[in-house]
Amino acid sequence: MAKLTIDDLKKIKEKSTKETSLRHGKANIKITVHMGTCGIAAGAREVMNALMEEMAEADRQDIRVVTSGCMGMCSSEPNVTVEIEGAEPIVYRDMDQNRMRQVFKRHVLLGEVQTDFALARM
Amino acid sequence: MRELSLHILDIAENGITAGADCIHIFVEEARSEDRLKIMIQDNGRGLPAEKLDKLTDPFVTTRTTRRVGLGLPLLAAAAQRCEGELAVETEPGKGTEVVATFQYYHIDRAPLGDTASTIATLIMGNPDVDFVYTHIIDGNDFSLDTREIKREMEDLSLSDPMVIHHLTQLIRRSLRQLEASEGEADTREDTNGKADNR
Repeated sequence: MAKLTIDDLKKIKEKSTKETSLRHGKANIKITVHMGTCGIAAGAREVMNALMEEMAEADRQDIRVVTSGCMGMCSSEPNVTVEIEGAEPIVYRDMDQNRMRQVFKRHVLLGEVQTDFALARM
Repeated sequence: MRELSLHILDIAENGITAGADCIHIFVEEARSEDRLKIMIQDNGRGLPAEKLDKLTDPFVTTRTTRRVGLGLPLLAAAAQRCEGELAVETEPGKGTEVVATFQYYHIDRAPLGDTASTIATLIMGNPDVDFVYTHIIDGNDFSLDTREIKREMEDLSLSDPMVIHHLTQLIRRSLRQLEASEGEADTREDTNGKADNR
């Protein structure tokens, strides 16, 4: 039976501890990927994949990624909400992998709202 | 939906919305028997009996409970067009079990797709929920239990991007091995994650 073995976990832990030690700040940036049926069908999982890759690369402990359900704007799915402490939350519409990478690099990391894809301020 | 693994993501998210803190995901590919079974079990609040009859009716949508939207009707349709069926069992307060069966080689069956990324997305996006994932291909199985992982990882958070990254790779690799461990020269590599990612 193939199973996630303790060894596998140790390896993951080893690799990850090196990379994540000394960082236990609190998260003040929250990125929500909306994962209702509508979002998933429109490609929210691929958006999430891109986001996970960017997160692994950026290596920042102060960013939290969560999923949520449909927020009633199904026609503009996949939607992603970026909330940075002290700033207005921004909802992005019609996201894809490239847009997600751009929003992550420019808005999340540098604070420049990408108005081209922004649906609304909340 | 293009992939069955997207349905898994969708139904699992339903369970989480229903307040579940542990979701069991079970996929069985019995290729020699031409059968595919997908089961998603949650320990959420379940559904009252009168809603159960209407589950697969997309137009009986009470927007307060996300459970009765398009998710289950879509999965039911996907199963039925492959000579399979959808069965939902629920007990108020205990949870819900959704089982979808398919003819494995039915021409209309969507590929399973990137199951690893479905699991990773669930784990990453719901750090407070536990997932038990079992995948069987022709009798060989792979399983993963986030409760065990959390115990082993101690101080490391499962939602840490590096941990998720390595975990996803590991699931992908394991599924590929499962797929290959049977000697059949099968051209459908639909559990292979990236290979199938268009």
